[in-house]
Amino acid sequence: MQEIEKILDQYPFVQRDNLIPILQDIQNTFGYISEEAIVKVGSYLKMPTSKIYGLATFYNQFRFSPKGKYHIKICNGTSCHVNANNLIISEVEKILGIKNGENTKDNHFSLEITSCMGVCGMGPVMAVNDKYYTLITVQKVKDIISNYQQMEV
Amino acid sequence: MNNIVKEILLKNVLIPTKINVDKKVLETLQLLKREKVIHPVITISSNTPSKIAGIDEVRKQIEDYINERNLNVTILEVGSLGLSSLELIISVQLPGKTRLFFKQVNSENIILILDGIFNNFIQEEYVLGQLKNKIQEPWAQVPFLDEIAYFNFQQRLILNQCGFIDVNSIDEYIAFGGYQTFVKTINQNTPGEVCDIVEESLLRGRGGEGYSTGKKWKIASSTVSPQKYLICNAGESDPGAFMERLLMESDPHNVIEGIAIAAYAISAQKAFIYIESDYELAIQRIRNAIDQATAYGLLGHDIMGTGYNLEIIIKQGAGAYVCGEETALIKNIEGKRGKPHSKPPYPATKGLFGQPTVVNNVETLVNVPVILDKGAEWFKSIGTEDSKGTKVFSISGKVEYTGLVEVEMGTKIRDVIFRIAGGIRNNKRFKAVHIGGPSGGCLTEDHLDTLIDFESIMLVGASLGAASLVVLDEDNCILDTVKYFMDYLQKESCGICIPCREGTRRMAEILENISKRPKDENGYATLQRFKGVMQLETLAEVLKDTSMCGLGRKAANPVLSTLKWFRDEYEEHIFERNCSAGVCQELRTFEIDVDACTGCTLCAKKCPTGAIFGTPKNVHFIVQDKCIGCGICFETCKFSAIISK
Repeated sequence: MQEIEKILDQYPFVQRDNLIPILQDIQNTFGYISEEAIVKVGSYLKMPTSKIYGLATFYNQFRFSPKGKYHIKICNGTSCHVNANNLIISEVEKILGIKNGENTKDNHFSLEITSCMGVCGMGPVMAVNDKYYTLITVQKVKDIISNYQQMEV
Repeated sequence: MNNIVKEILLKNVLIPTKINVDKKVLETLQLLKREKVIHPVITISSNTPSKIAGIDEVRKQIEDYINERNLNVTILEVGSLGLSSLELIISVQLPGKTRLFFKQVNSENIILILDGIFNNFIQEEYVLGQLKNKIQEPWAQVPFLDEIAYFNFQQRLILNQCGFIDVNSIDEYIAFGGYQTFVKTINQNTPGEVCDIVEESLLRGRGGEGYSTGKKWKIASSTVSPQKYLICNAGESDPGAFMERLLMESDPHNVIEGIAIAAYAISAQKAFIYIESDYELAIQRIRNAIDQATAYGLLGHDIMGTGYNLEIIIKQGAGAYVCGEETALIKNIEGKRGKPHSKPPYPATKGLFGQPTVVNNVETLVNVPVILDKGAEWFKSIGTEDSKGTKVFSISGKVEYTGLVEVEMGTKIRDVIFRIAGGIRNNKRFKAVHIGGPSGGCLTEDHLDTLIDFESIMLVGASLGAASLVVLDEDNCILDTVKYFMDYLQKESCGICIPCREGTRRMAEILENISKRPKDENGYATLQRFKGVMQLETLAEVLKDTSMCGLGRKAANPVLSTLKWFRDEYEEHIFERNCSAGVCQELRTFEIDVDACTGCTLCAKKCPTGAIFGTPKNVHFIVQDKCIGCGICFETCKFSAIISK
C-alpha cells in the first residue's frame, strides 16, 4: 500500500480540511476506499476511523467496494427521467440481476445510478466505463450489454 | 512569439493608454480575435455534451484529414454555444471569409463537410449559420447566427463569448476585453467603491433567495477580521441543471475574473471555488485558467503592482445536494459532513473557519465584470423593476432544442419555450414546465405568460433558484415527476432536522402508495392510504414552516405546486386508479383486442402471474384482478393485439 503513503505525502499539513481531498485521491487511484485506507488516513490525520467512515458515507461520491470490470452508469437526471429512463434501469437490472451499487457474482459488471451527467439534450444516457451511449432504448441496452457479455465468454 | 504577445497584452491592452493605436498592437489583437486569419481555422466545441456526442473520434478524423493533405490548418477548442442538442458543433473559418458553423457533426458526415468547405461548397444540411463580421465576406445563402430564432430572442450578456472563444487561451480572452475591468478596478477603485457600484446596480444573487449581492459584500467587508474568504459556489448538483457547468467549460476566465473582482471588493486574499468532482472538464478548464492568470500576474502575490494578493483554490465537492446550501458548503470545505446550521450567524459575519465569508454562485459572479465595465446605470436599464439583468436557464425535456438560454429578466416563459427552444418535440401537446429542480415547482399552460423575475416566479409557487426548465408533454405523468423529486430529496436530506428527514420520506411513501395498484379496496392499507393523501398537504406545510435550511423548506414545493395546479391528476390516480399518461406502471391495465389475437399463447406463457387465459388458436383474455400491470404481454405480443389503457 505504498500508493496510499504517496497520496498522503502530497498533504504535508495535518489538517481536517485535507480529509475530503485525500479520500478523493484514494478513490481515484484505487476505484474505491478500502478499510485499510481509512485506517491509514485516520492515523495520519489523527482522527478516529469512525469519524472518517461517517464522513465518507455521507457523500455520494465514495464507494467501499471495487467496481466491476465493466462499470455501467445510468443517468438519473430530471431530463433522462422524463424521457423514461426507468425502463432502461429496470432492463439492465433484469439482464444482469443486480441493483444500484451492486456487482455481478463474476465481478464483470457493476451498476451505478448517477445524478445528472449534464447531457440533458440526449437522454436517456448510459455509460460503460468511459464509453457513452446516448438516446438509448430498451433494445439498444440489450445489444450493448450482450456485446460486453460476449467479450467475456 | 508567445512572450511578445504576452508583453503586448500586459503592457498595452490591460492598462489602456492613449498610445493604444500602435499598429503592432492592433495587428496582434486582430489576429487574436480572429478578425483576420492567415490559415483556415477549425474550432471544435469541446464540452460535456459534445464529449458524449463523440468529439474524440471526430477530432481524430479532422487531424488525419489535414495531415493526409498537408493542409496548414489550426484546430482550436471552444466551449458550448448553448445548443446542446445539436452537438457536435464545429466551425470553419477560411481566410477572408466569415466563420461558418456546422451542427450535428459526427464521424460519418465530417469528411463530407470538410471536402465541401475546402472546395468552397457548403453541405447545407449540416449548416447552422455564420458569424456576422464587418470585415469578412459572408457566405451566400447562409443565415447569420443572430438571425436564427434560437439566438435572435436571447440577450446574451454573460454567455456572449461562450462557444466562440478558445477555452485554453488567456490571450484571446484578454484580446476580447477580458481582465481589463479587473485591472482597472483594482487600480482605480477602493473595495468600498466596488461594493457601492454593485449594490447600486441592484444585482441579486442568482442562487435562490435573490438577496442583494452588494449588501452581502458590505456586511462581510464591514466585519473586522484579519482574514476573509470568498467562495464561488459551483456545486450545481441539481438534476437537470447544467448552466454553471457549461459556463465554466466555455468561458473559464470570465468566472475567474468575476471571483477576482468580488474577492477584491470584500478584501479577501483567499477565494475558493467549489465544483462537483464529477465535473471533470470544468475542473480541468478552471485549473488551467487559474494557472494562466497566475503566470500573467493577474492572480497571486502583488497583482499588477497594486499590492493586492489573491489565491484561488479549487475544492472538489463529493456529491451532496445539501452542499448547495451555503452553511453546508462551508462545512464541506472545512472537511466535515455537509450539514447546514441555522442562521444567524450568517456566513458573511462568521463563516469558513469562523471568518467572514461571502458565498456567491457562478452566475452572480460573472455578472460582476459586466457591471463594473458598463456601469450600474446601464445594468439597471435591463430587466424589470425588482430584478435586473438577465437570467441563464438550462432548458431540457421534451423541447426541440435543449441547452443554455439567456434572456432578459421580464421575458415570458412562453417565449423561452416556444420561440427559443422551438416548442414541443414531435408535435405533442405541452403539459407543464418544471422550474428550479427538486425544490422548484410545476407551471401549467395558464402560467406560460408569467414573467421571468424573482417575485413573479415565486408568486406562482416555483423558485428561480437553480434555473432549470424541464418541459413535460402529454406523455409525462405529473405524479411520477413529483415522486422522482421526492425520492431524490429523501435520499439527499442530510438528516439533521426531523421535519426534513422524516417528512420527505413520508411524502415519498404517500406518493408511492398512490401510484401503486392496491391489493383490495377494503383493508387497513386502503384506509391508511386515503389518510395519507389527506395529510400530504398538511405535511408539506409543516415542512415549509419548520425545516432548518433551504432544502427542507423548499422540499414541499413540487408537491404543493402540483397539488394546486394538477389536482385533477392526483384525483385520477387516487379515485379512478388510472394514469392517463400511462407512466405509472402498476396502474396500467391491458386488454386483448379480440380481432387481432391469433391465440399464439405466447403472452400466456410469459405472464408472471398467470393472469392470461386461453386455449391455443383461440382468443385469449386477461383477468384484471390477477394482472400486476408489468406490461410483459404488451411487449411480447407480435400481433399488437394487446392494448394498454
